[in-house]
Amino acid sequence: MTGYFLEVSQALGALALAPGLVGFVRWWKARLQGRRGAAPWLVYYDLRKLFGKEVIMSTNASWIFRFTPYLVFTTTVAVTLLIPLVAAPLPFDRIGDLLLVVYLLLLGTFFLALAGLDPGTAFGGMGASREMTIAAIAEPTIALSIFGLAVGAGSTNLGRIVAETLAHPSASISPGHLLGFAALFTVMLAETGRLPVDNPSTHLELTMIHEAMTLEYSGRYLALIEWASALRLLIFFSLLANMFAPWGVATTLTPAALGMAAVALVAKLAALGIVVALLETRIAKLRLFRVPELLAVSFVLALLAVTSSFLLR
Amino acid sequence: MLTLFLLMVAGYVFGALAALPGGGHGAFARRLAAAGATFGSISGVALGVLSIASGNPLTLTSSRFLPLTGAALRLDGLGAFFLVVVGLVGCAAAIYAFGYTAHYAGRYSLRFLGAMFNLLLLALSLQVMADNALTFLILWEAMSLTAYCLVLTEHDRPGTVRAGVWYLAMTHAGFAALIAMFLLLSRADLTSSFASIRAGAALLSPASRNAVFLLALFGFGAKSGIIPLHVWLPMAHPVAPSHVSAILSGVVIKMGIYGLLRVLLDLMGGGPAWWGGIVLSAGAVSALLGVLYALMEHDLKRLLAYHSVENIGIILIGIGAGLIFHSYGLMALAALGFISGLYHTINHATFKGLLFLGAGSVLQATGTRNMEKMGGLIKRMPWTALFFLIGSVAISALPPLNGFASEWLVFQSLLGGSNIPTPEVAAVMPLAVGMLALTSGLAAACFVKAFGISFLAIPRSAEAEHAHESPPSMVAGMAILAIACVALGLAPFVVVPRLGRVLAGLGGLPDTHAEFTLNLSLITPNNSSSMSPTLLAFGLLMLLGLVPLVMMVFRVNRRLRLSDSWGCGRVGQTPRMEYTATAFAEPLRRVFAELYRPTKELSIDFHPDSKYFVQSIEYRSEITPWFEKALYRPLLRFVRLLAELTRRLQSGSVHIYLFYISFALLVLLLIARWS
Repeated sequence: MTGYFLEVSQALGALALAPGLVGFVRWWKARLQGRRGAAPWLVYYDLRKLFGKEVIMSTNASWIFRFTPYLVFTTTVAVTLLIPLVAAPLPFDRIGDLLLVVYLLLLGTFFLALAGLDPGTAFGGMGASREMTIAAIAEPTIALSIFGLAVGAGSTNLGRIVAETLAHPSASISPGHLLGFAALFTVMLAETGRLPVDNPSTHLELTMIHEAMTLEYSGRYLALIEWASALRLLIFFSLLANMFAPWGVATTLTPAALGMAAVALVAKLAALGIVVALLETRIAKLRLFRVPELLAVSFVLALLAVTSSFLLR
Repeated sequence: MLTLFLLMVAGYVFGALAALPGGGHGAFARRLAAAGATFGSISGVALGVLSIASGNPLTLTSSRFLPLTGAALRLDGLGAFFLVVVGLVGCAAAIYAFGYTAHYAGRYSLRFLGAMFNLLLLALSLQVMADNALTFLILWEAMSLTAYCLVLTEHDRPGTVRAGVWYLAMTHAGFAALIAMFLLLSRADLTSSFASIRAGAALLSPASRNAVFLLALFGFGAKSGIIPLHVWLPMAHPVAPSHVSAILSGVVIKMGIYGLLRVLLDLMGGGPAWWGGIVLSAGAVSALLGVLYALMEHDLKRLLAYHSVENIGIILIGIGAGLIFHSYGLMALAALGFISGLYHTINHATFKGLLFLGAGSVLQATGTRNMEKMGGLIKRMPWTALFFLIGSVAISALPPLNGFASEWLVFQSLLGGSNIPTPEVAAVMPLAVGMLALTSGLAAACFVKAFGISFLAIPRSAEAEHAHESPPSMVAGMAILAIACVALGLAPFVVVPRLGRVLAGLGGLPDTHAEFTLNLSLITPNNSSSMSPTLLAFGLLMLLGLVPLVMMVFRVNRRLRLSDSWGCGRVGQTPRMEYTATAFAEPLRRVFAELYRPTKELSIDFHPDSKYFVQSIEYRSEITPWFEKALYRPLLRFVRLLAELTRRLQSGSVHIYLFYISFALLVLLLIARWS
């Protein structure tokens, strides 16, 4: 019972934390660029404001457009329920493994792309087309990184992978793990719409990817989608942190261990946030047709990771 | 079971006979033909399910039932599974045919269509029961010929006859290979039963075993559409009537899979690792190239046909992995690989059948297969749109539908590759994982295009503007398969153990029946990964209900205003401003330009007075699969050369032919005398 309670409460905690994480990255980025920057909690105010506004929907759009925000939000929350945030293994572990998590996120992207096409504007279609292109090309890297992790643990279940790395700490500095981390980090940038693949703060429609797709959304729908994409960033950060460096994750459900784990998670998220902010101030956005090259590099890294974990096993 | 078998045959035979007196306009005969097929296929499903559940094979000896000497039928677990596949898609297509064939009345021969449709289903149902080489080959040919006749239904449309010729040539090339294979396998006695072939296969020399493998791969591969033997598939499947396309893509190409499993696993009892390696690589290449060519297709049915190539590839990845594990004696993993292949077989049959039926409804409503002329259909054809969406989500391998469940199993079986002792073989597995993942990602992109461009936004043509929902029988046909997609996706813990039982004993595979279930989760035997689409779907539904509820509690603004799409200040929106299918696929076309090698042609008409005024722009871009050119051009040239040579023999004079016949007879008699 404690397990289920913990599972739900860590998901709620993540839901509450996610907008703050986005705000935190923005704030760091502003600071690094020499701006004062908006307060990290501005994102919460934005969400509240959006939830209070009415929705304007295109006359061309169908039920897909109205259904998508709920589905995207739901799948993202479901993924939060499945991944280990502060403790592992938890009871929901047998509902979904790492593959299910990835394809559940892809389900959200699938519907978001459909919703981009639904109003019949060129921008929506452009965003949908680009998003699906990048999602498709990123897929092999993700699968191979999963594969690399799973070979070591003998399972694709998240709890087992975390437990395995905790039991063999030296595994996390093996070449397989390090290469896999690099590969998944690159893909994470693409999947969460960060530089150099997509610019989360762009205001020029022609360079948008994710934002172009959701251009027609407003009010509560936009709030749900924004919240879900913040949560998506948190999910990828925690996957990176807890799969490759699971230190601090509680294996027993004692208050002390869980407290430690929560602190460790926040620290890891903050560290990754700072790294991303730093990266985003140092590099420029890639041209769209250079992105596949970046993803191909990450694919090769992942392939090397898997091969080395096969051979060094 | 015997009663069910007789009912099934009676249903199809009745349907075929009832169609015959129908003539051009007979609505009654048309319905009778569809009813016969429906009845036959439902009995077929019942027979298959009963046979799997009871675990008893059904044996029919020729003396009791068939006047033909040498015919033998026996229904075992593997056959029963494929019988269920035939019946499931057949039943949906037959019900769909009640409404769909109406617009053929007066234009094409309904008599022919109804009879051939029933005969094809009958041949398919008996095919999986064949128990000796002769029966197998005769039914194989019956299946190919009835399918050919059905492809030619709309014979006066451009491209149909050409597609038919390609299909016929390829399927007969494959058939020739199969005859050779069975002659090798049965030591030139085609009437010897599969049981005696099974016993004798181990005694064959390694060289002839390898020859059997290669011939089987070619023969069955030509039927399944493995790249590069797939060229006929994207031509033939789209031109057939849509309910027939559903059977062709959903079931007929699966017979190649059935044949491969029957021969390689059951009769031969497995082989060396390189057999599996070749099957796996052929599968991976077919999967990836199939989806890449599908992406560039804007003809809805051709797009679906290329996806059949892709999915056959995915099935073969599973089976190839199974064969590799089998050769190393890793039986539990081998079972996992074969199960994933079989599971994907029935899943692909359901969602591809569903998608072809959906495409048929769209084709009937709009009169075109070109996606660029569709759009906005979701409001005009809500049910078709919903079912097509279900099919799209399933084929894109997205949870919680059936495509995900089987691809998950394929991934799991590839993961088992780390147990293979030889690293150079094991290293194939990660590559296959990468290709499979890319395939499923691209499939998702392709179906965003297929559904989004065809069904969403503003209609792109007057026909799409005035489209109407299909009649209830067509909707019902789609509904059956849509429900099957959901059910097969949500209950893998029911399906997978049954598949384990179906495979038990074939090629020495253990009964893995008991190893898979854990309440509502699916759990793999060796590396014990687990997931539960059932609980996931339940959770998603709960959350989907909860989110609006919470939003209501927190008094979120619930107003919604309908307005124009935002357009940077321009007034009014026309379909020409929409993103097109070509534009949607453009980024991927550029990324994979090396493969597609598109040709571009741009001609601009300027105003005679000033080149700053453009009167019209014409842009043309085409993709021709280069390996088809590289591979089939020389082959065709060679065949043509041979044909030219044989023409010299064919003078048309009866005297010369009489001479040929008597000469051949004489030679044969002499050979018989001396040997």
